[in-house]
Amino acid sequence: MSVIAPNFKLSEFIKSILDVGFWTLLIFVLIGLPLVFIVLFVIEMPVINGEILTPFLALTWLADPSRILPIVKAFMTTDLFRIAAFPGFGFAALIAASTIFVERKMMAKLQLRVGPFYCGKLEGILQLMGDGLKLISKEIIIPAKADKPIFWAAPVLFVGTAAAFVALIPVAPGWVVADVDVGLLAVFAVIGFFPIITILSAWAANSKFPFIGGIRALFQMVSFEIPLILSFLGVVIVTGTLNLSEIAASQSSFPWIVFFPIGAIIFFITMLAELERIPFDLPEAESEIVAGWLTELSGMLYGLVQFGTYLKLYAFAGLFVVIFLGGWNGPMIVPPFPAEIITEGIQMGPVTAQFPGLPVFTQEMLNGTIWFVIKTVGVIFFIILPRGVFPRIRVDMLLDLGWTKLIGLAFVNIFIALGLLYAGILGPGGLF
Amino acid sequence: MSTPILPPGLAIQKADERIMTLNVGPQHPGSGHMRIIVQIDGDYIVACDPDPGYVHRGEEKMAEYRNYVLNVPHLERPVIHDSCNVLYPYVLGVEELLGLEVTERAKYIRVIAAELNRCVYTMYWLAIYGIFLGHSTMFMWPAGDRELLIDLLEKMTGARVTHSYFIPGGIRNDLPANFEDVCLRQVNYFEKRIKEYADVFYENPILISRTEKTGVLTRENAIRLGTTGSVLRASGVDYDVRKKEPYDVYDELDFETNVMKSGDSYARSRIPWLDMMESCRIIRDALQKMPKSGSVRVKLKPNPKGGFDSVYKRVESGRGALGCYIVSDKKPEPYRVKLSVPSFRNLIALPHLLIGEKLGNMPSTYWSLNYWPVEADR
Repeated sequence: MSVIAPNFKLSEFIKSILDVGFWTLLIFVLIGLPLVFIVLFVIEMPVINGEILTPFLALTWLADPSRILPIVKAFMTTDLFRIAAFPGFGFAALIAASTIFVERKMMAKLQLRVGPFYCGKLEGILQLMGDGLKLISKEIIIPAKADKPIFWAAPVLFVGTAAAFVALIPVAPGWVVADVDVGLLAVFAVIGFFPIITILSAWAANSKFPFIGGIRALFQMVSFEIPLILSFLGVVIVTGTLNLSEIAASQSSFPWIVFFPIGAIIFFITMLAELERIPFDLPEAESEIVAGWLTELSGMLYGLVQFGTYLKLYAFAGLFVVIFLGGWNGPMIVPPFPAEIITEGIQMGPVTAQFPGLPVFTQEMLNGTIWFVIKTVGVIFFIILPRGVFPRIRVDMLLDLGWTKLIGLAFVNIFIALGLLYAGILGPGGLF
Repeated sequence: MSTPILPPGLAIQKADERIMTLNVGPQHPGSGHMRIIVQIDGDYIVACDPDPGYVHRGEEKMAEYRNYVLNVPHLERPVIHDSCNVLYPYVLGVEELLGLEVTERAKYIRVIAAELNRCVYTMYWLAIYGIFLGHSTMFMWPAGDRELLIDLLEKMTGARVTHSYFIPGGIRNDLPANFEDVCLRQVNYFEKRIKEYADVFYENPILISRTEKTGVLTRENAIRLGTTGSVLRASGVDYDVRKKEPYDVYDELDFETNVMKSGDSYARSRIPWLDMMESCRIIRDALQKMPKSGSVRVKLKPNPKGGFDSVYKRVESGRGALGCYIVSDKKPEPYRVKLSVPSFRNLIALPHLLIGEKLGNMPSTYWSLNYWPVEADR
């Protein structure tokens, strides 16, 4: 006899509800509350109305809603928020996820297809979620002779390194996770990890196709890092700083691409190569070496590498915007926050509500973020576009391009910068 | 103790540690239903051994157990995208054996169907050539534009790929009403579309720099190795069965053959594309010259028998000269049917082209030979 559905019993139902309630309460009290207190303990407590905010005081927002905004603002100044949400991982992940969707739709339109269509009511907008669920639920198969710890660690390290790269990108004035004075050098330190992780993963898989793909990735990344460094030395010479926030701030009147178009072009080409995108997707050339260094990765390990790749794509696009396109600078398009809401409050019928702590974000920050996102999305569009137009190039052509043409052009760019500096047009004491 | 004899490619290479053996296929995105055993030294290919035979179906043996008409549906299976051209030599041979006279209208319709089918095959081939070079747009565009001609063939024959349209004594059924106008319109649009491929693919600087001067097959080697079709014409030999030994009504139609001198991967990929434009020209010409009405098939006796005789016929298929040798011994079934396929002839050139090339040139060189694994295995 097959049981399709057990008979409904009210007592069983009530018992199950009580069970769930009991366990929820127990877990909340034993784990949830201590966790909240630990988090609140780590965060530096702000001073509100002359008293230090304690966790107990923080809970009083249940009784006094006007305390919410100061607490939220205090939370936003913490490192935890910057790393996890904005402008760190959460923000980058959001842009990376939308990049994947936009790329699939755009390629589909270019190739006279429909693209993702059925998942989600609107043009397959939930496709990415479905793909993620599929990847998570898939079995992870590891080759029998693989070096298991390294094989597991490589995708995680890949995402970690990409996230470290994201942390260096300033999004708005003052809004950057790691505002270091040697920002550009730190970028290179981070980029230098990618070939190591790639070759570790390829070697650990103990298979022929990943090995060839890993060697190709190593060639490509190492030989394109040099033109990448040289391409923005021009900007560094003129601005005299390696700090990315200062480089962005120095472009308040015009972006550096006006004076260094050659550098920008070199940077863009090397960026495509570092990101392994068509026409430089040799490490993943599927008709030659199956999927290159990703061949043996399965399930969420593959998903992690893909996610890391798109994080890296966002970070590179952001770096291009910061160095050459003026970062957050742009005409003020955000209206100022209405002053009477701060002074008088909002009229809601007979009641006048006061919200201490408004405005949450400053006008400059909102404006800067909007311009940064607009420019970054534009750059990402141009990174995606070659995929629909170009075939893949060959290893010898790639190395020839990197070592002879791009490095030569990069030196031309440096001499242009030196010329502008010594002619007194740019730099300290210059015309601009 | 004797060492076990391993199949080629699975043997461990101890002689030289620098050499790595790669099995490209049969489960590899860069091979068809076949295996290419490639030995590489760094990025250079030092030895190459194509290993076909994974999809052998015994079509020739099957043909000895069925009568001349029942052989039609299964003999077209080796290349389902080019099914009319695969059947063509068989049908021509059977007609000669049985002494059947085909009407003029049927001959013209056969030519139209064969040329449409050649384009359908070539578009599929071109799509895979695109994706082998990492050009995903060139995969999607031909796959989509191919539908135009598949729709036409569906109107003609009732099936999208395996048409079974040519039968001994003519064709299976007449054209539907108003077919000429629809065909002309679709073919004109199709020609306009394939001319656009020049911008995105054939004139693309990266494609040209990747495929030019790679896998060069000289004129002498092309003749010596016995290659046919687009491979032969790309090496500078002006040979086309439609011109040299015209069958049906090809001698009355106005078209040219395309020849390129260089013999490299690029020329081999460009010739089929130029041939498609000639096919459009043939179709337009045939539609104009075709008798507007008349019978399209000769009535056959049940179980027709030939005499003690043999016949060899060949046609120009999408890949090259495709021959069919039929021996009859006064029985309803043929004594022997032998297909001489162009794919296998072109594959012979592969080891000669790949040695000394870079690994990155392998997919483009392999697929530019216009090779269809299922046809080679039969």
